[in-house]
Amino acid sequence: MIQAWFGIGWLDAFLRVQLLVGFMTVNVLLLIWAERKVLARIQQRLGPTRTGPMGLLQSVADAGKLLTKEDVKPTTADRWVFDFAPFALFVPIFVSFLALPYARDVWVRSLPLGLFFVMAIQSVTIVGMLMAGWGSDSKYALLGGVRSVAQMISYEIPLVLSVVGIAMLSGSLDFNVIIEAQDVVPNIVYQPLGFFIFLTAAMAELARNPFDIPVAESEVVGGPFVEYSGIRWSMFFLGEYTNLFVMSLLGTVLFLGGYAWPFGLDVGWPLQLALTMGKVSLMILLLFWIRGSLPRLRIDQLMSFAWKVLIPLTFVQIFLNGLVLTYAWPKIILTFTSGAFLLLAAYAIRRGVRRTGRVPREQRLDALRIREARGLS
Amino acid sequence: MVLEQGFDQEYETVDLNINMGPQHPSTHGVFRMVLAVDGELVVDVEPVIGYMHRGGEKLSETLDYRQGIGIQDRTDYLGQFNCEQTYCMAAEKLGGFDVPERAEWIRTICVELNRMASHFMFIGAYGTDAGFIGTAFIYGFRERERIQDLFEELTGERLMYSYFRVGGVAWELPNGWTAKVSNLLKELRQGVADFKGLLSENEVFLARTRNVGVISAERAIDYGLSGPMLRACGVPWDLRREEPYSVYPRLEFEIPVGEYGDCYDRYTVRLREIEQSIRIVAQCLEMMPSSGPIMAVNMPRMLRLPVGEVYARTENPRGEYGIYLVSKGGNKPYRLRMRSACFANLSALREMTIGEYIADAVMILGSTDIVLCEVDR
Repeated sequence: MIQAWFGIGWLDAFLRVQLLVGFMTVNVLLLIWAERKVLARIQQRLGPTRTGPMGLLQSVADAGKLLTKEDVKPTTADRWVFDFAPFALFVPIFVSFLALPYARDVWVRSLPLGLFFVMAIQSVTIVGMLMAGWGSDSKYALLGGVRSVAQMISYEIPLVLSVVGIAMLSGSLDFNVIIEAQDVVPNIVYQPLGFFIFLTAAMAELARNPFDIPVAESEVVGGPFVEYSGIRWSMFFLGEYTNLFVMSLLGTVLFLGGYAWPFGLDVGWPLQLALTMGKVSLMILLLFWIRGSLPRLRIDQLMSFAWKVLIPLTFVQIFLNGLVLTYAWPKIILTFTSGAFLLLAAYAIRRGVRRTGRVPREQRLDALRIREARGLS
Repeated sequence: MVLEQGFDQEYETVDLNINMGPQHPSTHGVFRMVLAVDGELVVDVEPVIGYMHRGGEKLSETLDYRQGIGIQDRTDYLGQFNCEQTYCMAAEKLGGFDVPERAEWIRTICVELNRMASHFMFIGAYGTDAGFIGTAFIYGFRERERIQDLFEELTGERLMYSYFRVGGVAWELPNGWTAKVSNLLKELRQGVADFKGLLSENEVFLARTRNVGVISAERAIDYGLSGPMLRACGVPWDLRREEPYSVYPRLEFEIPVGEYGDCYDRYTVRLREIEQSIRIVAQCLEMMPSSGPIMAVNMPRMLRLPVGEVYARTENPRGEYGIYLVSKGGNKPYRLRMRSACFANLSALREMTIGEYIADAVMILGSTDIVLCEVDR
């Protein structure tokens, strides 16, 4: 049971939420700055340098600019849907913060079904994307909205199924139990395949490279956000980066041992907090790095990757877990089997892309149908 | 009422028209594509050009032969030296001037460096089309910047060089310029290697470019494609070989050709052309006489060409660039017609795009490597 810092229960919860809001806002500003700096290093640039030391205040300046900007609304937009889309996207992400642990006693509320709660509330963000795409009354926004719904629903499945593997190992959906079970060996050792699937699906959920198809700058020019400006647009931005943090925190808690590994449960909360934040930073850095070094997939490739590669692989992982847990074999078997499947999958993907001969267009029926209708061969 | 009709009734669907451009991040200038899409598939595409029309051909009639070179810089702003060379060659052919050898070597070095700069720019921009957050773009620009620094030192200009003259070049090379060029070649080799690591071997990039925008060699010839677009289809057509001009007969180089005529071939052909250009420049630096005249001896103070007409063509970075020049004896052309490689290459866009995905339409447009200033003139 978490001890109340601020007296009576409801007041304590309220104040913790306030702390969280403040933390999140500063956190997003820092994340944006960090992403710009990291991407700049990858691209042999300097990034922001002029505003504050090392450009640290750049995000503050940007936020100030966005706050004072005119809130442009298309006259034909569906007003209510357009106005509320940023909140529909942002609020669920914020709510999922309530159940996420940072250190043993540092969180808002510990829920017995915390993992389930976070996964469920995460999927509500899809509604926000669709609302933004539909309400803007713009073709680019609509395309982006439809793309994002298709992508997020598809990748929700491998995301949840990879988390199911962890729930099987820990035998619980409570974050406390999941983390405390990892005080000696973090779950990534037993579930390398699961971690890979989680990371991939999380990148798709976040719509980051190579899965930034809904917001593709060079195709749909920002997708659902194309008609937004000023404060509403910055709400989307805030949501996007908060979600990045949530996903990294989730990955840390589920796979990297959260605050428990490697120092165990008996250390003080400042060290635990530092551990969590350090691991989250590493995850975020990895996502930035991937973003700077991979181009974007196409929508059909994205969908077939989810349904033909990731979902079968998650079933393999779950099956392996079930086998080992049912017969109470040593868990180290999972390390080797799961790792072997990961290497096999990596090899198959690499091989598959390279060896896919150049398919003549005659074999692509959809293309052929359209071309015939237009009098092309 | 729509609802009273019931849901089992079949509704007719219409294709969605998307207006891509003239202000769109991936149309490479002011170009407009009106896409008719069925979901994510492109059913029809209508290219709209003419936004950059400045009447360059008509303008050339009012400028004398020295001033006309400036117009050539402004047609293909990524292959300025190549266009200047074509113009000068046309005038020299009509006037019967012999360009001194050293001037020819200097021109070849400039032209080949310019070809590399143009191709690096293409590869960088193509990476952005494919969805890189600028990494490929900055890599491409880094190499182009090095070349441009040398051009700036040589001509005093970074974009509109106006260095070639009818009968030779305007002035001697600066001291130590050739040594800088040979140093540059090493760096450019490294730049090509960087791109091989970043793009050529990238699974996502392979998946995005292979089998996309295929055009057969016969159709390519029918459309009058030239340059890398034609060579990617497996036709080894290069004016530097087919109709040798300047010092090209004395140089050793290969003509890279593709096999399938898809976007990936167009990319690799350009990358391999950079390597060949490095070879050519290295040979030029070796074989160039260290001193000698740089201007034809019989050049009059005011250039007047005899009555007649002439067509000169060269292999530009984007394909065959031709100047058709009609003179009625004055110091200005009576009529000047530019044969634009991009315009012909762009004509195959519809054939290549129909039946592909929206994301591929962007990739296909990018692979034609258009310069809208040259298309519209």
